[in-house]
Amino acid sequence: MNPSTLNLAHMTFNEFLPVIFMSLMGFAMLVYVVLDGYDLGVGLLLPRASDDDKDTMISSIGPFWDANETWLVLGVGILLIAFPKAYGVVLTALYLPVAAMLCGLILRGVAFEFRVKARAHHKHLWNHAFFAGSLIASLAQGWMLGRYITGLAQGIEFDIFAALIALALPAAYVLLGSSWLIMKTEGDLQKLALRWARIAWPAVAVGMLLISLATPWVSATVRERWFSLPAFFALLPIPLSTLAALLGLAFCLRGERVLGRASHIPLMLSGYIMTMGFCGLAYSLYPFVVMDSITIWQAAAAPTSLKFILVGVAITVPMIAAYTVFAYRIFGGKATGLRYL
Amino acid sequence: MDALLLARMQFAANITFHILFPTITIALGWALLIFRLRWIKTKDAAWLVAYRFWTQIFALSFGLGVVSGITMSFQFGTNWPGFMERVGNIAGPLLGYEVLTAFFLEASFLGIMLFGHGRVSERVHLAATFLVAFGTTLSAFWILALNSWMQTPAGYEIINGEFHVRSWLQVIFNPSFPYRLTHMLIASGLTVSFLMAGISAWQMLRAKANRSTAPVFRGSVMAAALLIPIQIFVGDLHGLNTLEHQPQKIAAIEAIWKTERGAPLLLFAMPSAKDSNNRYALGIPGGASLILKHDSKAEVRGLNEFPNAHPPVAPLFWAFRIMVGTGMAMLAASWLGSWLLRKRAPQDLPRLLLYVFAAMTFAGWLATVAGWYVTEIGRQPYIVYGLLRTADVASTVPASHIAVTLVAYLLMYTFLLFAYVGVLRYLAGKPVSEEPPMVGPVGADGQTLEART
Repeated sequence: MNPSTLNLAHMTFNEFLPVIFMSLMGFAMLVYVVLDGYDLGVGLLLPRASDDDKDTMISSIGPFWDANETWLVLGVGILLIAFPKAYGVVLTALYLPVAAMLCGLILRGVAFEFRVKARAHHKHLWNHAFFAGSLIASLAQGWMLGRYITGLAQGIEFDIFAALIALALPAAYVLLGSSWLIMKTEGDLQKLALRWARIAWPAVAVGMLLISLATPWVSATVRERWFSLPAFFALLPIPLSTLAALLGLAFCLRGERVLGRASHIPLMLSGYIMTMGFCGLAYSLYPFVVMDSITIWQAAAAPTSLKFILVGVAITVPMIAAYTVFAYRIFGGKATGLRYL
Repeated sequence: MDALLLARMQFAANITFHILFPTITIALGWALLIFRLRWIKTKDAAWLVAYRFWTQIFALSFGLGVVSGITMSFQFGTNWPGFMERVGNIAGPLLGYEVLTAFFLEASFLGIMLFGHGRVSERVHLAATFLVAFGTTLSAFWILALNSWMQTPAGYEIINGEFHVRSWLQVIFNPSFPYRLTHMLIASGLTVSFLMAGISAWQMLRAKANRSTAPVFRGSVMAAALLIPIQIFVGDLHGLNTLEHQPQKIAAIEAIWKTERGAPLLLFAMPSAKDSNNRYALGIPGGASLILKHDSKAEVRGLNEFPNAHPPVAPLFWAFRIMVGTGMAMLAASWLGSWLLRKRAPQDLPRLLLYVFAAMTFAGWLATVAGWYVTEIGRQPYIVYGLLRTADVASTVPASHIAVTLVAYLLMYTFLLFAYVGVLRYLAGKPVSEEPPMVGPVGADGQTLEART
């Protein structure tokens, strides 16, 4: 299919299938970045807290981290299911950072389980491992994001760009993590989290700006897509509302009023910022799975396979969403110490 | 070393590490459900202690299974990019259903099962425990459907080198699937039985037994005694199924180099690929023919009939014997244990037998991994049996990158295995709370609503 005929109304259902799966993959990745983002962020902040606070921080993410990471499996799973021809290309190009991320996630996941069960004098070792794992995983994810949005292009300028994103994504995770802690904790730890969020804010703002400038610079397709009329005006709400959310967040984080009843606002705003950044990126990329090289139709699996899995998706994704909400409600409110039943 | 061999070693290292933990969690999830139900029914604190103690081990194993499972989902692409390009239409949806129906289910309800303490009712908690156990089993269903399809492909057609599905029912319920699934689920049951029996025996030997040690020991030895004969029977059916569909795998297992009548069952040999023969062979004449064809004079096809298309002999020959040998040891230990337990309490068993059980704590891992080596190495040189060669789907990543990451993975896995066993040992010696749990929703002050009124 010619990528210039992107009008959804003119597509047959079989041509539309890859669009559905592209949206779904994007959705899974977005949910992953926000959800695992906050628990990776908590991991990055761990060394900054006292030992008691460390326990509270870990307790706040305890019931959720397994499920949060599952969204990554779903995201990469859809890449594998729906776009098998891109799956190999992307993962081969990102071989080393993928391996680094996996090592980081493994270290972090096991540290979480081990630290509560190990002997007391081993606990600080597992705390270090938890931090190191979170750091390695977020740096690697940032690097991969940077490489991916420039279409896996080779060259020193692309490496520098990827390195900057590799630093910006952990900053975003720290913002999400500290916003999460503002919501889930009380007292001194909550005040500390507020300070952390203030520190992370500028780095996130710069990172967003960098990505917004770099993608049109790298790809003529993106430039044309954003800076042609009337698309430019139609798209204005994305950058404008992101800017508004960033400013709103900065305002929220100024005083200590947010520590009261409105303690969920920073997380909502951070989540909104990530979502908008993501929508902008999705608009830039579509219909490519690999920027300017492989479209979703070129990479897609056979329609019969996509239909078979679509049935499962239609049934299970709403259920997954429902029980995720259910779990978050059960563990709502401020975090308390965790004990096995 | 060439990139293909390194990629295979890396994938083998990861999948070996990964399978250890699902093998535990599949059956342990159900065991926890039983403990919980027993506690609710009898209100005997022993079952509550059993539930609490084994929940810790479940959580630990589950965490290791999740992180190594995430690794797997990436390594299909980093190590075998051609596999998804060619077989994606079949492998993709099966893996997708695993994630959608099972992975999310278990990971989401695990939080409620582990930490639902004081936040949900006993009924909701029980439902969460059930869904976690159900999720782990469902996960095995999808993964084994795909693995079995790679061994005995069915329900497909090949158009321009790409696999397309003709019948999903035939793809999922392919000829080897029922045998492999049953064999694996029972293997999980046996692994957990021996894990429980072994840790309980260790606790009794070290005078660290808690209230649950004796009943758990008794239950797990009995469960093993029941499961092992079924496993041997299913294993035999699985072998006959393999003989029908993958004759060269059987020829390699039995080290039969040339088609012969009355093939011997080799108990010991040094298979040599160089001169296509066995050295120091010691066998029962006609034994292989008898087991495989139920006729000691029958003809068994040898490796000479499959030039360039048969797996390496020595690893299969040995892995198979390790698996069967471990199974026989399980049979002996569990039957002897059950016989003695008829009239004696677990603490009064001969210390030697307790030592045997303690030594066999990880016997299930040994047998399971050996069994997987037989079936996976036995599929080589194909990735999809008879249709697609492993070498043709390998990655183009430079060998040095694979080598570096292989070393990193190996170091980490070795360290984690030591840590896992170390923590198990530490937990086994720690007392477990016998206080009844809080049930029902709690308020912000951490009190249950019932407690407050």
